[in-house]
Amino acid sequence: MPGPFVPSPYRVVDRRTETSDVTTLWLEPVDQPIAPFRAGQFNMLTAFGIGEVAISISSAPGAPGAIEHTVRDVGAVSHALASSEVGTVVGVRGPFGTDWGLESLEGVDVMVVVGGIGLAPLRGAMRYLAENPSPGRKVALRVGARLPDQIVFPEEMERWGQMGVDVEVTVDVADTGWTGNVGVVTQILKELPFDGAGAVALVCGPEIMMRFSARSLIDLGVKPENIRVSLERNMQCGIALCGHCQLGPYLLCRDGPVVPYAPLAAELITEIER
Amino acid sequence: MEEMRDLIANNSLFAGLPDSTVELAVGCAQNVAFEPGARILVEGEPADTLYLLRRGRVSLQVQRPSGKPLVIETIGPNSVLGWSWLVPPYRWQFDGVAIDPVGAVAIDGTCLRAKADADPVFGYALLQRISGVLLSRLQATRVRLLDLYGHSLDD
Repeated sequence: MPGPFVPSPYRVVDRRTETSDVTTLWLEPVDQPIAPFRAGQFNMLTAFGIGEVAISISSAPGAPGAIEHTVRDVGAVSHALASSEVGTVVGVRGPFGTDWGLESLEGVDVMVVVGGIGLAPLRGAMRYLAENPSPGRKVALRVGARLPDQIVFPEEMERWGQMGVDVEVTVDVADTGWTGNVGVVTQILKELPFDGAGAVALVCGPEIMMRFSARSLIDLGVKPENIRVSLERNMQCGIALCGHCQLGPYLLCRDGPVVPYAPLAAELITEIER
Repeated sequence: MEEMRDLIANNSLFAGLPDSTVELAVGCAQNVAFEPGARILVEGEPADTLYLLRRGRVSLQVQRPSGKPLVIETIGPNSVLGWSWLVPPYRWQFDGVAIDPVGAVAIDGTCLRAKADADPVFGYALLQRISGVLLSRLQATRVRLLDLYGHSLDD
């Protein structure tokens, strides 16, 4: 059994360009697979010879086949990963961190709010929620992006809509060919398709977007303690030893990425933005 | 006129206001409809109408130097379209184009201003509501300046 710092070799068996800087990789184990994951957790991916970076798992837990990771090309390691061709071997350590708590969402209305590439860490949860209807549960998805060509997984969102999920997408600006909504994500959070008081909200995106979205959700009656957000810092060891991912009392590689918005995350996000 | 009173009273701009206030707006209002693609507002043209959208969506557009329009906002049902009729020089600042079949109550801006001038209680109530819409749109615009999704427009 390899130690926690030894990556397992995985092979890229498929890849898809999602946007100009976002790529999804399908990874299969060369030898022994890592432990099963829960939706919302992340893996440490190694581009051998370059480095290691934390990437959320974007496939659904328990789904057969390769594990999917959606990578935004923003640095040397993520660039190497995003550029990996089919057949490339990368390293995988994990899974690490907390999850979206899907088991707590039976019969509970769920509002999912994502910004930018924030749908990637929630994609597995969305697949699960769409494909496993629960009596009395309604699911809504609100998506914000800067431009139409920066929307990730548009075909999948359309399929979720056909499966009963209430999906709305908005972009900041668009050409006239775009027939969807134009406006900031909080503008499509002016009403909920269900009673907010009993609902749970799952929110993922840049922290400033999560802060504004959480405020809108609270204004709509969602209890702050029922809002879950995904926070990320400089994840390195993955097992709460190195301290690089500390945020207040959290070591986010262990205590996050998914944390309740209230009371602590709300304060931490606000302090950071000041 | 009963139906028009209800249409106005049910719009978010007038909801909850006294009947007498709604009644003053009814005298300036008519029902209008637009086909998809219709230009409801034309940049630079006289602005003389407040639209209370009942159904359909309208995209607010600005012409880029290239001539290709950019959509900067979408206005949906139960929202308010157009406030350039309220302050000089009374000219539309953006184009407003129907995305879907649009049904709206069109309230004559000159008529509304005259009634607001003559009845300050009505005028104050109207301005309070319109200020709420303006504030909401201003805040949304400011939020959009914050690079909310981690991309700059140059990306």
